[in-house]
Amino acid sequence: MPFHSADPSRRVLVAMSGGVDSSVAAALLAAEGCDCAGVTLKLFRDGEDNAGGRAAPPRERSCCSLSDTEDARAVAHRLGIPFYVFNFTERFERQVMDRFAAGYLAGETPNPCIDCNRFIKFSALLERASALDYGLISTGHYVRAEFDEGGGRWLLRKGLDTDKDQSYVLYAMTQEQLARTRFPLGELTKPQVREIAAAHGFWNARKRDSQDICFVPGGDYGAFLERWTGRALPPGDFLTPDGCVLGRHKGTARYTLGQRKGLGLALPRPGYVCAICPAENTVTVGDEPLLFSRELEARDINLIACARLERPVRCRAKVRYRQAEQPAEAEQTGPDTLRLRFDQPQRAITPGQAVVLYDGDTVIGGGTIGSA
Amino acid sequence: MRSIYLDNAATTALSPAAKQAMLPYFDGIFGNPSSLHTWGQQASAALQDARERIALCLGADPKEITFTSGGSEADNQAIFSAAMAGAARGKQHIVSSAIEHHAVLYYLASLQTQGFDVTILPVEPGTGLVRPADVAAALREDTCLVTIMFANNEIGTIQPIAEIGALCRQRKIPFHTDAVQAVGHVPIDVRALRADYLSLAGHKFHGPKGVGALYCRKGMPLRSLLLGGAQERGHRAGTENLPAIMGMASALEESLALLGQTDAVMVPLRDRLIARLRDIPRARLNGHPTLRLPNNVNFCFEGVEGEALLLLLDAQGIAASSGSACTSGSLDPSHVLLALGLPHEIAHGSLRLTLSRYITEADIDYTAEAILQVVERLRAMSPVWERITADR
Repeated sequence: MPFHSADPSRRVLVAMSGGVDSSVAAALLAAEGCDCAGVTLKLFRDGEDNAGGRAAPPRERSCCSLSDTEDARAVAHRLGIPFYVFNFTERFERQVMDRFAAGYLAGETPNPCIDCNRFIKFSALLERASALDYGLISTGHYVRAEFDEGGGRWLLRKGLDTDKDQSYVLYAMTQEQLARTRFPLGELTKPQVREIAAAHGFWNARKRDSQDICFVPGGDYGAFLERWTGRALPPGDFLTPDGCVLGRHKGTARYTLGQRKGLGLALPRPGYVCAICPAENTVTVGDEPLLFSRELEARDINLIACARLERPVRCRAKVRYRQAEQPAEAEQTGPDTLRLRFDQPQRAITPGQAVVLYDGDTVIGGGTIGSA
Repeated sequence: MRSIYLDNAATTALSPAAKQAMLPYFDGIFGNPSSLHTWGQQASAALQDARERIALCLGADPKEITFTSGGSEADNQAIFSAAMAGAARGKQHIVSSAIEHHAVLYYLASLQTQGFDVTILPVEPGTGLVRPADVAAALREDTCLVTIMFANNEIGTIQPIAEIGALCRQRKIPFHTDAVQAVGHVPIDVRALRADYLSLAGHKFHGPKGVGALYCRKGMPLRSLLLGGAQERGHRAGTENLPAIMGMASALEESLALLGQTDAVMVPLRDRLIARLRDIPRARLNGHPTLRLPNNVNFCFEGVEGEALLLLLDAQGIAASSGSACTSGSLDPSHVLLALGLPHEIAHGSLRLTLSRYITEADIDYTAEAILQVVERLRAMSPVWERITADR
């Protein structure tokens, strides 16, 4: 049964956060004549407890708070497009927050933004779009998706504004997801985007970019984990690399590889977290050179530029969002795994974070860095 | 495309008669009822007229009616007044139910943080009825208020208010009922109900928005939430919203005058819609089959998400609602459906259709057909539905 006369490929559901980027994405698509609707995703509860009826009124929080939703709604109204709020809290809790907590408890440093893109924006939202006859979705990421006739595949390329490029957090996109997503900001620079926003009179045009993980405002992961799991993080020993006890830590999940500050240790020379072992409940602290390594194994990989790596390939790769790519050689070791060897040792290759491989400005693919 | 408004529990269209009744008070009789001059006198006379007419509609004395900005304020004020009076006498216990409107529940939650003890009664699974015996059992020496809604805004269940009112009166415990969804839709006599406080809102019965009233029985404590002028005999500071009050009075009279006629049409239409939707596999009616508001239909369809359902119905020209819309406009499984005992995933797929006297049989048939198709379509693409049907 056709619910809409419009061609579904001209019907675009735009994920709007209330920020300048997604607002401009919506404005560009609307100007292009697409049949757009704006959507804000409600991803976690605002502190209300529906169960007993003894609920407290909703509270303001960070990224998908009421005021951000109101910003997005105001932009949509100004553009004359419908605006909806979709409630994906249950999926988000299961597929992002639970995974985040499990990762930390296993001694890793997970990246929930990548899981959110993978399981929420480009899965749940796309499914919802299909149900509503929207052929496409759109986000305000600074990346480009292009179909390569020669290779017969969709490619993910860096945004032209390399400073703002966000391809790192989108490496998990599948061919189908790329085919159904529009990234209107891929060819633009941030100043251009701000200009367009100002021209449209979007009053949020000068708002700063958000940095925190949306469901851990303030960045206190330890407190979040204790609240989320309902268990106190057990204290344990800080060890030297040869196993001597240096002091007490406040729970392995409160530390991340390469960390120097906030250890609460008085050491003769700077000490860095160089190993986290939840099984033994220990955190090893040592000299900086111990942090450097050349190899990593990645699991749960996704390849975009090709179906699989037939042979070892030269590439450039990065192991965290804010890092320049480093020359390396990648080799696929199984259906979902690969091994990467950097030309130069890299500092603090952190399990749980993503490794993303590039060929120039094109994403080859990526995966989750495994525990060594 | 047709356009069928079936979200009358959210708000209603202003009736033409109510609109007419408002017009003289914007620029003709625009004076401040508190003013001494002729303009003020005229406004004051109109205000008194509206108060008398509304009192008459409820079986109350005009002095027992205080105008407010709407239902939420009336609820807040009733609870605040009884709670403060109770606290002054060392009584800090309040009894309510799990399916009250948030204007009641959130207010009670705030009182809890101030040292009040609140008993939230469960409701009968499926129907949402509050059992008077549960109320009786919850009463204590220090109970200063019982607050139970007359009819629920989501599932339309009508509570045994007269019974609860009688048992409270017997124990001399103040009783408030949030009748926002009921006033103008069912006959109400505050004396027969033994209600001490009763809240209503104009826009639920084809009156204007931004106006409501609180009935407070003579002799019961009533305190102002707003401090300022001595309007409403000191019970509510702020210049009265006269056009809205006049519109509300007119709308209430009209709704009650038409009540018999409206019910004769609306109840069969409601039941026709319920019967059609019951034909959908794995559909369930929420709330009581007969003790329900004449305008309320509420269903859950397994394997269907409320949000998608609403948007597709909107695309078909049908305005409906689902769960309870939170401030951001997103849908959470409502506390009402969860209190009925529905599992989370099913509570997510609820659909509320609320009729008005402007709805016709053709509207109902079109709506039923559209819902059948939309549910089928959404189920065809739902992994949840696939699992459910595979389990059979």
